[in-house]
Amino acid sequence: MDFSIAGILALDGATNGAIYALLALATVLVFAVTRIIFIPQGEFVAFGALTLAMFQMGKVPGTVWFLLVMAVAAALSELVNGLKAHQPMARLGRRIAGIVVYPVAISLVAIWAAPLKLPLLVQAALTLALVTPFGSLIYRLAYQSLADASVLVLLIVSVGVHFALVGLGLFFFGAEGFRNPSFWDERFSVGALAFSGQTVIIFLASIALIVALWLFFERSLQGKALRATAVNRLGARLQGISSDSAGTLTFTMAAFFGALSGLLIGPTTTVFYDSGFLIGLKGFVAAVFAGLSSYPQALLGAMLVGLLESFGSFWASAFKEVIVFSSILPVLLWRSLRDPHTEEH
Amino acid sequence: MAKLHRYGFYVFAAVMLLLIPALPLRAFWITQLNMIGLYSIASLGLVLLTGVAGLTSFGQAAFVGVGAYTAAFLAAKMGVSPWLTLFIGIALSVVVALVLGAITLRMSGHYLPLATIAWGLALNYTMANMEFLGKYDGLMGVPPITVAGVALTDGKGMYALIWAFALAAALCAMHLLDSRPGRAIRALKSGTTMAEAMGISTFRYKIVVFVLAAVLAAISGWLYAHFQRTVNPSPFGINKGIEYLFMAVLGGVGHVWGAFLGAGVVKLVEDQLQVLLPRLIGTSGNFEVIVFGVLMIVVLKYAPDGLWSFIAKRFPTPPRARDWASAAALPARPKPQRGELLLQVQAVRKEFGGLVAVNDISFDIRAGDIVGLIGPNGAGKSTTFNLITGVLSLTRGAVQFRGQAVGGLPSREIARAGMSRTFQHVKMIPEMTVLENVALGGYLRSANGTLKAMLRLDRAEERALFAEAEAQLTRIGMAHQMHELAGNLALGPQRLMEIARALCTDPALLLLDEPAAGLRHQEKQALANVLRQLKAEGLSILLVEHDMDFVMGLTDRIVVMEFGTRLIEGTPAEVQASPVVRAAYLGTEH
Repeated sequence: MDFSIAGILALDGATNGAIYALLALATVLVFAVTRIIFIPQGEFVAFGALTLAMFQMGKVPGTVWFLLVMAVAAALSELVNGLKAHQPMARLGRRIAGIVVYPVAISLVAIWAAPLKLPLLVQAALTLALVTPFGSLIYRLAYQSLADASVLVLLIVSVGVHFALVGLGLFFFGAEGFRNPSFWDERFSVGALAFSGQTVIIFLASIALIVALWLFFERSLQGKALRATAVNRLGARLQGISSDSAGTLTFTMAAFFGALSGLLIGPTTTVFYDSGFLIGLKGFVAAVFAGLSSYPQALLGAMLVGLLESFGSFWASAFKEVIVFSSILPVLLWRSLRDPHTEEH
Repeated sequence: MAKLHRYGFYVFAAVMLLLIPALPLRAFWITQLNMIGLYSIASLGLVLLTGVAGLTSFGQAAFVGVGAYTAAFLAAKMGVSPWLTLFIGIALSVVVALVLGAITLRMSGHYLPLATIAWGLALNYTMANMEFLGKYDGLMGVPPITVAGVALTDGKGMYALIWAFALAAALCAMHLLDSRPGRAIRALKSGTTMAEAMGISTFRYKIVVFVLAAVLAAISGWLYAHFQRTVNPSPFGINKGIEYLFMAVLGGVGHVWGAFLGAGVVKLVEDQLQVLLPRLIGTSGNFEVIVFGVLMIVVLKYAPDGLWSFIAKRFPTPPRARDWASAAALPARPKPQRGELLLQVQAVRKEFGGLVAVNDISFDIRAGDIVGLIGPNGAGKSTTFNLITGVLSLTRGAVQFRGQAVGGLPSREIARAGMSRTFQHVKMIPEMTVLENVALGGYLRSANGTLKAMLRLDRAEERALFAEAEAQLTRIGMAHQMHELAGNLALGPQRLMEIARALCTDPALLLLDEPAAGLRHQEKQALANVLRQLKAEGLSILLVEHDMDFVMGLTDRIVVMEFGTRLIEGTPAEVQASPVVRAAYLGTEH
């Protein structure tokens, strides 16, 4: 290996690392606020990439029907719970409308827009608008009534959600894989290092999102409410911050992060309905590196995962996944030696 | 009913091993039953791990893979006897489980499943890329197992072997759960503090139960390799690992038979769905995962105890047969002489960041005394208590107990020295009976390990443990409630049960953390009588308490704390007369 190959590998690794960073941040965020270890985070990546691919072909993406099914299911469960609790009809109606209106509206827009072959950026925006509401719907359907369950039960629910989403992904998107066109085809070279416009976009988008996340937590009331929930759920609830709305908001953000990662990764690799799992787990390894609690460490972890993967695929391409996933063991060993006693009930 | 419980297993075993082979079943059904048996063994491991110990693993399929690949590689390529490969496979899985467990089990419970996901994925990719393991095609030509000169070449031959192993595993698991190490494992689920205070090394038992789960998986894999006569990486992937967990959850993650029921239901339903769903949808694909995923969520929401609990509800467990009347006594420690210096607390200090919760507290306890530790809310009483018993670590200071420095030791070592405690918020195992909960206190006075328990070689000592537990319950007047589930007791009896459990450790010093909190007047009186009786029997007691009347009428001496410091120490009369104490509790006049 010479210097230029190392440079290419490092750039490649950092680019993927930037995407893993978004997923790792989402994972840390969801765990901190809701104590849910959200295994299906990667599913949003596949949904995002495949939705854009369908728009590119001028087809109505399966996401639309998927979203409508989820919205109807969430509305039904709200209806059943509301009737059981004898809620006034007007209030129940408003709540159900609150769940259904946005998914239906964005679905109609998507159905109208799909055959028009709009510019790539508009399609990307539509994709984000379609995939993001999945977050809160998944939270409502799978987790909401279990909010007080143990971390272990929530984790097992997460693998159930993962199973269901992958199966539904196959149903709505089909088994075919797609590779999206690049957002920016320009190529640059700095010395021996050549990189594409797509790389620039990945870095800029990741940095922008991280800054936005930081501003959200530091400057906005909602962000502070989420931080309060992460520190102490009961205390936050006593201050009027509902755990449910915190959970819904967190999952919405996680879905947005996932969908955006899908858009960013789409042009660099072929994405299938089940590709998200492995991509998401790499974000996960980074989040575990951060002890599921520190955002800066998650960023660092994601970069390391990306680099490990790119150098691993150079040296032993068949074993790159083995290398990436085995790396969690020394990380855990280091964590357990550094901070052995963290019991949770 | 009691008969059903006693003989149920043997009836089931007879049906599986004698009746079914005699029926003219088609080969298809024998194959199905074989797969159910294999799945049951693997998910039984998850029942022990998840339902009983409160840990979980997504790597169960990977451990099955370790067993299967070891068997296939050594038997097909090296010509090693299958009976030898069984032990090699088990040994390999034990090593892996020890490494993974040692790395993750000191941390919060969710690191083990995360590590097993990563390890399971890594192992699966390794299997699929290794030349000598046949890459994605796997290994073929695995020889059959030979039992007493007969080669088990068909499904029917393997059926007997698979189900013999499955039933033996179930029997061992049931024996284990009703034993000294079994109770220690069952205690893991409700946190480690209480178990450690009873002298149990929770880390050790977490490792034990994880290793057991891995061994069961490896056995299942060994049988699988010789049943299919070929292995490839796909049935050992992460999805299968999740499916094993689903079987355990669906069947009933807290019951041994839940694993069998879950494996049976999942296997049969899966076959139906694999035919039905693609026909319904019009294209082929693994659509059954949708149903499994949704079912998993629904089960955890609406029936977290799984399907077996509906069966178990119809057949309530009969009370334990009282077979310990003539049991030998458990070993007892030499008791201190009345008046001997028992406990010396020397300037102990605890800081949480900048907050000094306990500020250089010192006091002594002599054998035969009841000492009260009182003070307003937030004075640091319970923290002091946790420092003495090793639940919290000391920032500074020393604790001497019977001449031995115990400050800074883990709480199970302090329990071994002869200090035993109760908790401000009752800590118990609600799904065990009162008797079994109290028997947990006898842990350090007994010695039988996991293997002996599984083979049922522990009965003499078990009888001694239950005899002691019953004796302690009689001592505090609760013998009539010994067969009730601890979780069904009211708060007062629960607190008394904790005292009985502490007494079962044969303590030289008993530490009670707010024993009267939340009790009704009559319950308080009953508790005071029990404590007076214990004192009369020569026991020394340290009491943290809020209730003034309760403390004043009971103690020989009182230490008063305020804001982490010692305010005064004296007899109840002196403390009652003290203006500083009055000021601390009621405030000063201005």
